[in-house]
Amino acid sequence: MIDVINLKKRYGNLEVLKGITISIKEGEKVAIIGPSGSGKSTFLRCLNCMEDPTSGSIIFEGVDIADMRVDINIHRRHMGMVFQQFNLFNNKTVIENIMLAPVYIGIHDLREKKFKNFFIKLRNTFSKEKKPLYEINTTREKIKAEARENAMRLLKRIGLEDKANVYPSTLSGGQKQRIAIIRALAMNPKVILFDEPTSALDPEMVGEVLDLIKQLAKEGMTLVIVTHEMGFAREIATRVLFMDEGRILEDNTPEEIFSNPQNPRTKEFLSKVL
Amino acid sequence: MGNFDKKLIRFWEIFYYYNGYKKVLLGLRNTVYIAVFGLLLGIIIGTIIAIIKVVPKYKTLPKILGVLCDIYVGLFRGTPVVVQLLVAYYVILPLLGINMSALSVCVLVFGLNSGAYVSEIMRSGIMSVDPGQMEAGRALGLSFRVTMLKIVVPQAVKNILPTLGNEFIALIKETSVVSFVGAADLYVAFNYIGTNSYEFMVPYLVMAIIYIILVLIIAILIKAMERRLRKSDRRN
Repeated sequence: MIDVINLKKRYGNLEVLKGITISIKEGEKVAIIGPSGSGKSTFLRCLNCMEDPTSGSIIFEGVDIADMRVDINIHRRHMGMVFQQFNLFNNKTVIENIMLAPVYIGIHDLREKKFKNFFIKLRNTFSKEKKPLYEINTTREKIKAEARENAMRLLKRIGLEDKANVYPSTLSGGQKQRIAIIRALAMNPKVILFDEPTSALDPEMVGEVLDLIKQLAKEGMTLVIVTHEMGFAREIATRVLFMDEGRILEDNTPEEIFSNPQNPRTKEFLSKVL
Repeated sequence: MGNFDKKLIRFWEIFYYYNGYKKVLLGLRNTVYIAVFGLLLGIIIGTIIAIIKVVPKYKTLPKILGVLCDIYVGLFRGTPVVVQLLVAYYVILPLLGINMSALSVCVLVFGLNSGAYVSEIMRSGIMSVDPGQMEAGRALGLSFRVTMLKIVVPQAVKNILPTLGNEFIALIKETSVVSFVGAADLYVAFNYIGTNSYEFMVPYLVMAIIYIILVLIIAILIKAMERRLRKSDRRN
């Protein structure tokens, strides 16, 4: 589903990613572990071009999204992302946070179709060959109502439907992060990228967020997770990548990596954190 | 101070019986009109410039626009507003052959002038918003422009509201120079009363009081607005 080919990222003289080639298949749960400064987060952020790669390509569903000519916004709609610092929109209520992107994108597409239809109609009146119009089977109100319904369903799922109309500043870290996750889910993404989703949380709130991610994993969602929670990685991942100094040093099943690491650097790292 | 009551009576005569109050009301309207629409224009221009300035400069177009904005800001911050008014009214309009009322010229000049200042205020506001907000919007597939306008700018405006209020107050007071191009503001009205009653003490005193009241009202309005916008910060 995502094919990364010789991905390199450089900030000035500092080469953060030194050529990464990897293929992530649908339904895989990939955990990325490694020491600080190893390029894990940068790699994850390159996957949806939050950082533009210096060279290399990222093929997502057959399109090279690292190409600057590609409209990245369209492809990002299918890649959810969850941040360490939650990044809920502070000026929007919880439900507005969840509805914003689906509603905006729905209405934007609708408007574009209507605009195109207008010109097709104009051409059809003057030329003999009639072109078919784009099918429009929705309205603004319908898009909004559907988005609201979907948002409420997702909020119910995490048991926060009573928080729908409060602002994020009134929520705990764990609640914020779970809402950030369902905000990504509301776009019906094909893959969700997690950038250290539990690192900014109080220890007692880590569990609720990890539980939600586990549920997603069970439902077959493709996940890519940068994490320091080794136990969690071991439990849900189908594949673990160990990264250091901008390279993937080891790529294997969690059982193999955690019980029988091959690379000396992996051994050293795991002996420190486990 | 012995004849202050006489002066007061003289002022009242012109103000009330010789239609002075009509001039004052017209002047008040024009002053507020120029300041309000000038500020609105300034906010629109300022926001556009601020956004252009924070766009990542990889491509040529943002670079060129950035330079143009720098030139604009430099020009309008580098000359007094009186000079801008005079140049606009007596140089640029005749050269272009455009016929425009003094009032519209004033709105335009004050809008362009405050746009230069608001752009810097707005830029600092935008930079005070957590970059994570922009990232979250982009990660959801929204474009830079949409995220900016729906997420970042509203939060920036909340942060800079006190400074914007300052700009509005400054603008109200600066409008007292519009008589240079013949627009009728408060100064023109009270000057009319003064010349007709042959004494200037009371008219100018009243003018000062009206300006103070105007500014106080604006300050109260800004406070109320700030409270409204702060609602997303409050725990409830």
